[in-house]
Amino acid sequence: MTSDLVLTGISKRFGAQNAVQQIDLTVPAGAFFALLGPSGCGKTTTLRMIAGLEEPSTGTIRLGEQEITGLRPYKRPVNTVFQNYALFPHLDIFENVAFGLRRRGVKDFKPKVTEMLDLVELGAFGKRRPAQLSGGQQQRVALARALINQPQVLLLDEPLGALDLKLRRQMQIELKRIQTEVGITFVHVTHDQEEAMTMADTIAVMNGGAIEQLGTPAELYDLPATTFVANFLGQSNLLRATIIGRAEQNLIVDVQGRKVTVPLPRCRVTEGDVWMGIRPEKVFLSRAGTEQSNGVNQLRGAVVTDVSYVGVSTQYLVKLSWDQELTVFEQNTGARGTLAVGDQVDLHWQPAHTFVLDAQQDALAGVEDIDDSGGAG
Amino acid sequence: MSAVGQLGATTATPAPPSEPKSGRRLTAYLLLLPGGLFLLLFFVIPLVTLLAASLYDPNGSIENGFSMTWHWQNFIDTMSDYARPFGRSLWYALLTTAICLLLGYPLAYAIAIKSGRWKNLMLALVIAPFFTSFLIRTLSWKLLLSDNGFVVDALKWLHILGPDGRLLATTSAVVTGLTYNFLPFMVLPLYASLERIDKRLLEAGGDLFAGPFTTFRKITLPLSMPGVIAGTLLTFIPAAGDYINAQLLGTPKQRMIGNDIQRLFAAGAYPTAAALSVTLMAAIVVLVLIYIRRAGTEDLV
Repeated sequence: MTSDLVLTGISKRFGAQNAVQQIDLTVPAGAFFALLGPSGCGKTTTLRMIAGLEEPSTGTIRLGEQEITGLRPYKRPVNTVFQNYALFPHLDIFENVAFGLRRRGVKDFKPKVTEMLDLVELGAFGKRRPAQLSGGQQQRVALARALINQPQVLLLDEPLGALDLKLRRQMQIELKRIQTEVGITFVHVTHDQEEAMTMADTIAVMNGGAIEQLGTPAELYDLPATTFVANFLGQSNLLRATIIGRAEQNLIVDVQGRKVTVPLPRCRVTEGDVWMGIRPEKVFLSRAGTEQSNGVNQLRGAVVTDVSYVGVSTQYLVKLSWDQELTVFEQNTGARGTLAVGDQVDLHWQPAHTFVLDAQQDALAGVEDIDDSGGAG
Repeated sequence: MSAVGQLGATTATPAPPSEPKSGRRLTAYLLLLPGGLFLLLFFVIPLVTLLAASLYDPNGSIENGFSMTWHWQNFIDTMSDYARPFGRSLWYALLTTAICLLLGYPLAYAIAIKSGRWKNLMLALVIAPFFTSFLIRTLSWKLLLSDNGFVVDALKWLHILGPDGRLLATTSAVVTGLTYNFLPFMVLPLYASLERIDKRLLEAGGDLFAGPFTTFRKITLPLSMPGVIAGTLLTFIPAAGDYINAQLLGTPKQRMIGNDIQRLFAAGAYPTAAALSVTLMAAIVVLVLIYIRRAGTEDLV
């Protein structure tokens, strides 16, 4: 029923500004696909080009066999859930949902609308106006209004952005359930990495009009390809290092005089200066001088400089001998008492959790708030 | 307010909770006072005088004074004498409103939705005529449409107008003048309501299989109805009472009820003029009420 959505060499210029630059993208039929990135990264522009609301400066968009690049929006088998919903204020909920079916001259649309309103649990609200509904209800009307047309691709532009946190979590699960149920391709634009990771099968991380990395949430998180992805999806500790040699399937990396090993497939560059990265929850702390088994990466002689207790976990800031601070998350399993500020500690982690990135990239790229960047530097 | 409120609070032993509220209410009345007084002096009193004058004995004169005789016959007499200019006024006003809507809607739409960076300039051009007096502008139309004017010459040369055809002193000239003079009153409210429409609603229409025309019919037009209603009222009401355009651009054949009222007042026939004024006012109020009722009051606010 649905077919792959393929973007080839898509660019969009607004005056002198390149909003989107040479994007190639394939969204498989039936996928829940997320375009993730900070504001101004070109994700919404990309979505609007798929919807037909913007015309690409270069490139083509295909939907299965059909090229839709130049097709007017109302001729595309694509529907959009707009940011802030764009519900028609002069029509009641029933008429809002029936709008698309009426335009296509579908006969006997009434039972379909009723059924769709029931699906989003708004059966009793058909006669109300959009202004009389809460944000969450409006969101579901917007979803129903788009889904009822059974588009080949459903586009969602920050659909949960206007909802409060609790409602957002609820709608994330709800959206995922509906997507599985209807089997339509969803392309979801968001700046919220957690939202993208919870819902999407595949995420394209966008930055500066280009795709930084594409993959499943686990792939992106486990092995980020750029410092931007490493910082934008979760947090990362990035340390200046130099590759000094190779042992079997591992590269030997020098971090301020200490040797660390990284599996070869986890290295984006294989020689010269690099960023060595490790996720905060992958690092273990032990009291100074504790012996570790062979084969783990270690950095000795660090001092705890900050302890934040968050209930399920504790977040430590740990200062290394060359004054760089790393972030460490530790689950509060009770295996060891919490450490205190000033404690001498050693750090260790698995080589298989380490990643190596190009040193040319900015270590702070993708850090959302400069104030939290302590662990990223 | 605070001074009064505090005085009250100190004298009454357990300060009653309603005290600050009544102080606030007093402020509200004080704020209403200047406007209220103005309306009383320049609207209510003249209105009552007008209503009274419409019931004076028509045989009185300015020299001898008029006596109040509750002469209801005035209304019947004036309606039989002035039915034609009365009907003509409403007809011209209706024509003017219709033409203003046809000309004004596309213009307002262009300014509100399509103009981009030219928006302010275009709005300024709509308002620009107000920098010149209404009277002067209408006199200019008289020159423009005159028998020796270049417009008539050009139309004759193009054989659109017959050799003895003329523009001035015709119904078209009066309606054209009215349309010209009241067009901004149509355009501005239309612009305001079109400008307020969230452009994403139009995109949503396109996204939901509505072509440009359907999107206009189903979304833009219904959402701009408050502007349409306001614009048509602001055009129709003053156009129905206008007499300058008929005076300067028409002949006695085109005379509107305003011309008669003005003439009658000038001639000192106060009861007749007042009765005509009251009838015109009542007719407009009734028409407007019916119109608003039918168009849906909900959209007006």
